[in-house]
This record gives sequence, structure tokens and C-alpha cells, in this order.
Amino acid sequence: MSATLYAQAIGMCSAVLLLSAVLLVWRRAQAAALPLMSLQGLALAALVGVLGIEAGSPELLALALLVLVFKGIVLPLVLVRSSRGERGGAPLINTATSLIAMAGLTALAYAVSAPLAALGSGPTVQAIPVGIALVLYGFLLLVTGRHAIVQLVGFLVIDNGTSTVAFLSSGGVPIIVELGVVLDVLLVILILYVLTGRIRDEFGATDLDDLTELRD
Amino acid sequence: MDLLLIAPLALCLALGIATVMLQRAWLNRYAGVLAASVVLVSGVAISAQVLSGRTLTALDGLLRADALTAFMLTIVGAVGLTATWGGLAAWGTTRRRAFAYPSLLVAFLLAMSLAVLADNLGILWVAIEATTITTAFLVGHHKTRTALEAAWKYVILGSVGVAIALLGIVLLYSATVATGDPTLSWTALMQPGLGLDPGLVKMAAGLTLLGFATKAGLAPMHSWLPDAHSQAPAEVSGLMSGVLLSVAFYGILRVQAITDAVIGPSLMRGLLIAGALLSIAEAGALILRQRDLKRMLAYSSIEHMGIIALAAAIGGPLAIGAALLHMLGHGLAKSSIFVVSGRILAVDGTTRIADLRSLLSRRPGIAVPFLAAMAALLGMPPFVLFFTELAIVIAGFQRGLGWVTAAAVTLLLIAFIGLARHTGDMMFGTSSSEADEEPVDRSWHGPRVPLIAALGVTAVAGFLVGPVSTLLAQAAHVLGGGQ
Repeated sequence: MSATLYAQAIGMCSAVLLLSAVLLVWRRAQAAALPLMSLQGLALAALVGVLGIEAGSPELLALALLVLVFKGIVLPLVLVRSSRGERGGAPLINTATSLIAMAGLTALAYAVSAPLAALGSGPTVQAIPVGIALVLYGFLLLVTGRHAIVQLVGFLVIDNGTSTVAFLSSGGVPIIVELGVVLDVLLVILILYVLTGRIRDEFGATDLDDLTELRD
Repeated sequence: MDLLLIAPLALCLALGIATVMLQRAWLNRYAGVLAASVVLVSGVAISAQVLSGRTLTALDGLLRADALTAFMLTIVGAVGLTATWGGLAAWGTTRRRAFAYPSLLVAFLLAMSLAVLADNLGILWVAIEATTITTAFLVGHHKTRTALEAAWKYVILGSVGVAIALLGIVLLYSATVATGDPTLSWTALMQPGLGLDPGLVKMAAGLTLLGFATKAGLAPMHSWLPDAHSQAPAEVSGLMSGVLLSVAFYGILRVQAITDAVIGPSLMRGLLIAGALLSIAEAGALILRQRDLKRMLAYSSIEHMGIIALAAAIGGPLAIGAALLHMLGHGLAKSSIFVVSGRILAVDGTTRIADLRSLLSRRPGIAVPFLAAMAALLGMPPFVLFFTELAIVIAGFQRGLGWVTAAAVTLLLIAFIGLARHTGDMMFGTSSSEADEEPVDRSWHGPRVPLIAALGVTAVAGFLVGPVSTLLAQAAHVLGGGQ
């Protein structure tokens, strides 16, 4: 792969990652979450694939396949199953405010990424702030979402952001750790899926405003 | 290859699988006790090996045991045994039906053992995340609305918090990639002259501390803790408060040792002092106006994690040794008192402080161990927490953190007053007239031996010298406390 093509591919994948996260925060509708999460998973898989081809590493290509199946297909499906038949609750802040907040968070992501310059100045390092921005967007979703599904999406976006940073900064953590992380995330999502079902049975909806019995 | 390191993990795994496959009543009942015993025996055996001057490794260095590991594994086993054995009494009622309960309990102990045995920050992270996974349904076990709410908050905040730690670990890894020798092994990361980039390590350390602090229950990331610890069944509360918090803090200690070697102690010290003072202050304020017994105990755990964080900030062999001993003493006393509060809930049907009166005259079999455990938690002599808190205060003044230590002691007084007042109300407070007609209930309402053993150890641990203090000194040395 030529250097220009490589840089363009990295930039393209990061752009799709960022765009899908922006749309997730903007749209908020349950129906939009599935294709957007799926798109984000595909972009991450493509990113890992590009890194794998560039490095000529079969390990990374296998990981790209794992990410594709896991984040592109399995997790969005679990998500859509846990949100069946529900409309998204109104978020705490309106769309305009959340878009402004996202602009601020993106600037923040670039600001806090300054120490990462120590890793060099290649196209991968320049794209790392995208991963940090994803993590921050995930927090925005978690904090402002009043709905169980939105918090679930927020958790997934944070995890995607962390993976993006991992692959861009170091070509991925050691394989045994990566597998452990993937397994952990899958189990957490399944647990949240079961809990969402129980909350719906118990409270009639998955509106988290009902979860206020425990307080001091 | 040291089988001693693999044994506790393999045996717990086998036990967990056997529990699920066989579904025998006796195995379900005793699975947690068996697993905790395995961990305790391994912890003591590994401690003996370490004391004879060996450092054990297994699986290509993925598992490794030094003095700190050996001591932490012993704490996991000892506190686990207290909680699971003491919690056996509640078995007959609801737990028999929940088929996954015993295997999740075993998996929880397995995850904590893996966390302290791994010589790899990535595996440590995976294991700590696994503790959230295994305890999620244990917290929500009672399936009430409040238990469900607690479980949801616990899983979301716990996994998001720990996800921040993963980001930090990833950055630390990328810093080692930049030096051409990628590693997540903390033994390798502790080597001098690695040439890690200070800016990157600073960012990584802050994120990792923030993430693990969520799991360790340090303010301001503690908001899930009182909910989860008050809604879980008694022995799970005991395990979570008594030892899970300490295992998460163990992660902080390892990261602190790595960071201090690269960028000096000021960053971690500052963050830990902030966390410690906030935790102690918040816990004190909320204990004072607490209405529920189990929530009060949960806030007391936040207070004790604050004390341990203060000791970690102070550093040095005295403070670190005291912090580790504090983890043991607090774990044993807290798991005992949670087990007793489970018995109170079983016989009196409530944990509302206002509804619990004159326990000492009505139910001495429950009140006496409760009082003993509370005295230990309050830091009364002869219990070990008295000596560790004293040692931490002395170390604080010795190492130039006098003002911080004095502030912490003042804040601790508030928590002390709150706990003592509520305990006095529950033990001696005058009750409504109906209580006078009941005959005095001398039953312990469950196994006595684990409570007597745990509180006995807490009472004498302060006087132990010889092997234990050698182990503690070595553990402090592992963390760079020798300097």
C-alpha cells in the first residue's frame, strides 16, 4: 500500500468512526442506533484491517475479522433486541445543545492528546484524538441519556473509542488481553441486556427516571 | 512453571464448572466455602514460598507471585472464607432455587485471585472487569425494584469506570511500544531506564487511577457503592466491601509504583490525597445522617478506602505496610459485620436503624459479634485497625504530610461519632414495649466459628511479628517503598 493511500484509508476510517458517533448523539432515536452502531463497528474493523495490511500482520487481520463479527454484527443485534418496541426518551439536553457540547468535546479531545505527540507523527498518531473524542461522546450519551438503551449505546461508544486508541497508538494490545477485553465487553452487554428486560418487566418501561428509590 | 500459582485458579474453575454441571444440593451450598478455602490455602502456601526467598512465576510470566501478591491472595481467601462460611445460614431460604448463584460466587473469587496473581496490567484489567460481571446478578439476586436499580447502576458505573482504566493501560502500552519493547508486565515496567515518555505516562496514570478508583469506591466515583453493597445478599456485600475494594486498590498500588518510578510521586500523591480526603469527608457526612444499617456499613467502607488511599499517598515502608495490614483487618471485620447484619435482616426483617433497638438485651448472640466487629472498624485497641491507623498517622507526619493527615484525622472523627451513635442506638436504645415480652434470644443464627476466627485474627494481628511483618516489609519493598 502506498503511503498516500495508507494515510487516506486511515483518515477515511477515522472520519466514519467520528461521523457515526456524532449521528448517534444527534439522532437519539432507537431505530437509528442499530445501523449507526453497526457502521461504527465496520469502520473500526476496516481500520484494523488497513493497519494489518500495512504491517503485513496476519494477527491484526484476524483481529479485524473478530471486530467485524463482534462489533459490526453481534453487539448491534443484542442492542436492537433489548430495545424492541420502545421509543427513545427525551434526553436531558436538546439537540442543539448536544451538538455544541460535541464540538467542545472534540476540541477537548485534540487538546488532551498533546502528550501523544511522543509517539511520532504518522497518520495513525494524528488520528488518535478521534478515539479520545469517541470516549468523550460516550460519556455525553451516558450522562444525558435518561434511557437504559442510550446508556448501553454510550458504553459501547466508549469501548469503541478505547479500541480505536489502542489500535492507532500501538497496533493493538497483546492478543490474550484483547480476547479477554472482547469477552468482558460481550458479557457486560449481555448482562445489561438481561437487566434491561427485567427493568421493563418491573417498571413497565426502561426510563431510568424511575430508578430513584435508592438515595441518601 | 509453578503449579502453586495455577492451582487456585484451576481448582476454582473446576469447582465452578462442577457446580453448574452437577447441580448437587451440598455442592451448591458449600461451593463458595470450598473455593475460598482453596484460595486461602494457596495464599498461605505462596506466602511461605515467598518468605523462603523465592519469586514464583507460571505461564510464561503471565502469572507471578511476590510478597504483595501472596499477601493479597491470603486476604482474598481469608475474607472470602469469613463471608461465605458465615453466610451459610441464609442458604435454606431463597438461594437454593437460584442455580447460578453458587457458580457466580466461585467465579467471583476466581476473578479476584486472577487479578492479584497476574503480572500483566491487561490481565489485571480483564480480571477486575470480570468481578463486575460475576457480581452483577449477585447484587440483583433479590430481584426487588431496589435490587434491580442497584444492579443497573453498579454494572453501568462499574464497567464505564473500569473502561477509563483500560484507556490508561492502552496509553501506557503505547508508551512502551514507542521504546521498542512492548510490554504490559509490571515487573518489566518497574525496571529502571525504560525511557518511557513522561507526558504519556502522566496521562496514562491519571486515567488508570480514575478507573480503578471507581471500582475501589473512592469519592467522587463511589456513587454506585452504597446501593450495590446494601442491596446484595449479606455474604456478597461482605465480599464486595471486605475484599473487592482492596483488590481494585491493589491495581492502583501497582500503577502507582510504575508511575512513581518514571515521573516521581507528586502526581499520584496529589490525586490520592484528593480522593482520600473527599472519601473520608463524604462518608462521615452520610454516616451521620444514615437511616439504613447496610448503607451505613457501605459508607464505612468508603471511609476505610479513604484511609488506605491516604497511606498510599504517604508512601514509604511504614505507611504501605500499614495500608496492607489495614486491608486485612478491615476485610475481616467488614465481612463479619455484613454477615451479622444479614442475620439481623433474617430475624428482625429490617435493616432500618430506627427499627432496631436494644439488640444487646434482646439478641445477645447477634449483638456481641456485631459490637466486636464495630469496635474493630472504629479502630479501638486491641484490634489491628487501631495500630494501622496510628502507623499511618505517624508516617504522615514523618513524611511531610502533617496537615493532610491532621485534616483526615479530624474528618475521621465525624465518621467515628456517626458510627458510634448509630451503633449505640441499635444496641442499647429503648425499644417499644412489645420487645420486653420476648424471651432473650441467645442464638447466633448461623455458624459461630468464622466470626470468632475472623474477629480473633483482627484482634491479635496487631501483635503479630515475625513472618507477617517480614512479608509486609517485602511487599512494601516491591512497591518501591524501600526508598
